[in-house]
Amino acid sequence: MTGLGTLLRKELLEQWRTTRLPVVATVFLLVGLSSPLLARFTPELLKAVAGDQFQITLPSPTVADAYDQLAKNLGQFGALIAVLLAMGAMATEKERGTAALILTKPVSRAAFLVAKLIAIATTLGVSTTIAAAGAWFYTLVLFEPLPVGGFVAAAILRWLALVAYGSITLLGSTLTRSALAAAGLGVAAFIVLGILSIAPSIGRFLPTGLGAPARGLALGQAGVDVLGPTIATVVLIAGLVGVAWLAFRRQEL
Amino acid sequence: MTGAGPTSGQAIEARGLTKRFGSIVALDGLDLDVPRGSIFGLLGPNGAGKTTTIRILTGLARPTAGTASVVGVPVGLDEPELRRRLGYLDQDPRFYSWMKGRELLELVARLHGLSGTELRSRVGKMLAVTGLSGAAERRIGGYSGGMRQRLGIAQALLHDPQILFLDEPVSSLDPEGRRDLLELIAGLRGEATVVFSTHVLSDVERICDRIAIIHRGRRVTEGPLEDLLAAHARPIIRILPAPGQDELVAALVDRLRAAPWTTDVAIAGDVIRVTVSDPETAARGVLSIVAATEVVIDLFERARPTLEDVFLELVGPAAPDELDGRGFVRPREVSDR
Repeated sequence: MTGLGTLLRKELLEQWRTTRLPVVATVFLLVGLSSPLLARFTPELLKAVAGDQFQITLPSPTVADAYDQLAKNLGQFGALIAVLLAMGAMATEKERGTAALILTKPVSRAAFLVAKLIAIATTLGVSTTIAAAGAWFYTLVLFEPLPVGGFVAAAILRWLALVAYGSITLLGSTLTRSALAAAGLGVAAFIVLGILSIAPSIGRFLPTGLGAPARGLALGQAGVDVLGPTIATVVLIAGLVGVAWLAFRRQEL
Repeated sequence: MTGAGPTSGQAIEARGLTKRFGSIVALDGLDLDVPRGSIFGLLGPNGAGKTTTIRILTGLARPTAGTASVVGVPVGLDEPELRRRLGYLDQDPRFYSWMKGRELLELVARLHGLSGTELRSRVGKMLAVTGLSGAAERRIGGYSGGMRQRLGIAQALLHDPQILFLDEPVSSLDPEGRRDLLELIAGLRGEATVVFSTHVLSDVERICDRIAIIHRGRRVTEGPLEDLLAAHARPIIRILPAPGQDELVAALVDRLRAAPWTTDVAIAGDVIRVTVSDPETAARGVLSIVAATEVVIDLFERARPTLEDVFLELVGPAAPDELDGRGFVRPREVSDR
């Protein structure tokens, strides 16, 4: 992969200079901080809104509610942001002509593509870490401490799922010259994977299938099946990048 | 795809390069031989196939048929070894607007394997050569078209390429920048091979050793300028009549057109331009006709044929129905198979 290191450095600098990394990290931090808060105060907010007119009985929020709120928010906002990050990664460079600038240098197309994926994964990784740290701290303050090791492992699985959505969109961005079309593919994949995840036999091998083991790890449950969904998602990401590479190496710029 | 070996005397060998976009034929069996160390002008009207040729030779596009090698490396879409040896400037160079000029050159230098002192030295030198030292720390997004073109030249030359492809390199430059670039290219003679596409004929005349004229995807002619002039340029006689003799001048033009040794009589401004088949006979004949029509003339000269004459002789002005809406010569079309 000729030129990977140099291209990765350029991609990471671009993530910073174009403020993608700071913006995404800030959004994720807000998601991380607000999730335990929402879980803790939602019942009280509902009671206050309803006043004396309705009798609402809600169970007391638990640490599991705090984690579930985080998982839901990261699963939705995070996936959307992964799509936004990847939609223009290849398409915009091809459309603007900057891909031609780079690819007339001694750089392999595989390196060009992989550098993009690593940069997207890095931005998502840094942001997920910040979100997880914020969520863990507020969960500690508002509820009780969650096991650090398990919570870190859960964050890694959540991140892997986001990278999968980014990879699907990156494939779309490679196949077309339109960032919008790539985003369409990413969103469509998000919906289709959500529907398929209902079937347990398929669902556990999809990126959505990482949710259950991540929850078990975060809450310190025993006997969590991590390996199957993790391997399946890694294979999916590798397959998507492989298809994108096969298409990209035959494309004219 | 096969090509010349690294010991070949040719920097580029292309055989039967063909490029079709559906039914449109952009290149039609183009053969090209570019000697190493030469400055090679690729001439042609808009839409002739110059950019398509360069895009194939730099590995940005794939030929529909034919083979080509550049400095001994077969051309291909994903061929880093080919790119290691070439420099390329697009006719409309695009860069990352968030980068600074110096950063862009450092990126390109690193991609070419440069580092440390050598990298800094080369980048500094190219910034100075292209007059961008003062703008090196500014974002490229704020550069003018001319500055972007100069940055494009800097990145193309940065690694001392064996072969340099320049697609319309002076299109956005002011006269001073254009002069500097042409001098820079001329200075590469013998050190690197330069393929220089343009439709500015005077630039080609000024610096190119060899010239190929492409029209509608085909090579019309190729060779050193003097050979092309000898082979294709017809002798020209220019006459400048004194002002205020419109009727006499009209009669003169009619008689010149009727003469057996004229191939064309054109009026460019106030000058009558007579293209002739036999310059010796014509010189005497023209003067006789001028004397007979009693036109007073301010100037009579045998003009040295120029590349423009060769170009017009071989390509000719495009008929209105040959042009598309952008003023480009419409490519040939074939039926889809």
